[in-house]
Amino acid sequence: MNLLAISLDQPATYWQLGNSWILISVPNFIMIMIMLALFVLALVLPFPGGEDEA
Amino acid sequence: MSRESRKAREAFYARPWTGPNRHYDILKEGAIALLVVSVLVIFLSALFSSPDDPALTFKGWATDSPTNFYATEVQQLAGTSGTATYGPPYNEGDGPSLGPLTFQKWGGVTHPIDTANDFVITPLSSQVEPNDVTAALKAWGAATPDQQTKWAGDYDTALQATADANGDLHIDAVAKGDYGPVPDLAKGVTAMAVSGAFDNAMTGQGQFFQTDQTKQLLLMGDGSYMDDKATSLNLQGNTWGMMNEAGSWPGQQWLAFTSVWYQLPAFNAPDSATGLTRTLTDNADVWIAAILVLLLITFTFTPFIPVLRDLPRWIPLHRLVWKDYYKKHGRQAA
Amino acid sequence: MSHGTQAPAGADFEPTTWTGSVRKRWLSTLPPEKMLPENQPSYVASWIYVFGMLTIVAMIVAIASGVIITLGGVQWFHESSTGKFFNSVHYWSVQLFFLFMVVHLWGKYWMAAWRGKRALTWATGVLAFLTAVGVGFTGYVITTNFNAQWIAFEAKDVMNAIGVGSVFNVTNLGQMVTFHVAPLPLMLVVIVAMHVLLVRKHGVVPPIDAIDHDAVAPAAAETESAEVAS
Repeated sequence: MNLLAISLDQPATYWQLGNSWILISVPNFIMIMIMLALFVLALVLPFPGGEDEA
Repeated sequence: MSRESRKAREAFYARPWTGPNRHYDILKEGAIALLVVSVLVIFLSALFSSPDDPALTFKGWATDSPTNFYATEVQQLAGTSGTATYGPPYNEGDGPSLGPLTFQKWGGVTHPIDTANDFVITPLSSQVEPNDVTAALKAWGAATPDQQTKWAGDYDTALQATADANGDLHIDAVAKGDYGPVPDLAKGVTAMAVSGAFDNAMTGQGQFFQTDQTKQLLLMGDGSYMDDKATSLNLQGNTWGMMNEAGSWPGQQWLAFTSVWYQLPAFNAPDSATGLTRTLTDNADVWIAAILVLLLITFTFTPFIPVLRDLPRWIPLHRLVWKDYYKKHGRQAA
Repeated sequence: MSHGTQAPAGADFEPTTWTGSVRKRWLSTLPPEKMLPENQPSYVASWIYVFGMLTIVAMIVAIASGVIITLGGVQWFHESSTGKFFNSVHYWSVQLFFLFMVVHLWGKYWMAAWRGKRALTWATGVLAFLTAVGVGFTGYVITTNFNAQWIAFEAKDVMNAIGVGSVFNVTNLGQMVTFHVAPLPLMLVVIVAMHVLLVRKHGVVPPIDAIDHDAVAPAAAETESAEVAS
């Protein structure tokens, strides 16, 4: 049932800061960016308002 | 904020809420969330599937890198392999230490592995072998343990001495010497691996039900076959391996705070280093485990730790969460 | 002979049995209206609040897909495309589970949600995270592929270094499957349930520096509007 639209069965791209030990795979980086984006959006997007009850 | 007002506020936060409420259907929210997440997961699964790199086999190892397999088996006979020199729980030894604390040693040898027998002699003996291997097995069995160690140790040393500039070994370049049946045993077990029979022998280990892969996995980790594959996929500990995944799938981003320590130079000292970094590098696992325990304690007791518990107040992201409430119902002075 | 009068519903009775004592304790702490309320304090009005629920539903999808995988076994997904699909569902639900959990954690931290005697709620959250890592880890080492081989081979060094490798043998498939499908997910569900019940018990934490309406006298209303205006 795999649509194989995007096959991830290939080596990942890694981003390294110079020659340092700071190294991250692009897929992991994307997931972390999604976490941050959802966090920021959750804080700023308006939540459907309800009327205060008594 | 004064201590008194802090106490008063804490008491207020603890009391049941008597302020304004709003209509909220939490189970409906849960049902909608379940639907959304299920659809999202099914979509991601259909689009991206999941990783499944086939397991490595001894047949693959002996076919792709026969010399490396051969040399590793010689080390098993000589008692010089990674597994043979590991220490508890597989054999006698010390293992890493955290200062005077040697948890690994205290754990005891609870899963004994005799590398010569478990990884060479027993598998070879489990099936009919060509005449030279049968004779080699007989010669090995008839020898004293000291003789066995001498033959295998000498052969291991001689074989390692054939390493060229690339680090590759050359079996046919081994210097002449008294190695007893060791070369025939190594040749026999390599042929057995190429045939696939070695995988079967190691998997079953003579039992009908066998669900413990410790022995075969330890053998697979000796030598360079599995290690090289892991390196190529950035799965070594010091390339964030704990966080990474095969292929282009996301890995375990939530393990960043455990993986980061293995990257630090203090835990990756070169062979020539001495002193503190030598100690830390040689005992990295237990030192990092200790650091993680400290982190966990800090994490758990955050509500009671000054600065850590105050950051939310100093960096007031919470004003975004509650901006509508503050607008309608006000807020106290900080 | 009378069979004894039935104690009334609700918490207003004097228990005469262990069972009755537990019931009274339960109903005092978590009466039905607290367990299943139709409202929330009006400050519960931000998208950040949905991430706890999202984490739980991702866990539900992970458990459900895990149950389906047990019908095929740990080799199933190598051999069958249906098995592969459910492996993918299990994998992605776990990815989302941790993603939502991290956002939930960030939210709770910056809201200092431990205030008002809620430190135990925070602690059970930490414990849930730790247990989830354990469930995830045991899941990885039973995938019977290269990943399982490598992860188990590496992780054994940590387990051995702290002296538990003989009891928690990560290279023993039989043991790891048992851990992954029974005690660990059960522990996780129990800890998450405790976490949620603690939130129900204490209520959602009020905003930092919210005004205590019961303490504010009418004379102080000027201060209030002055605060709002500023």
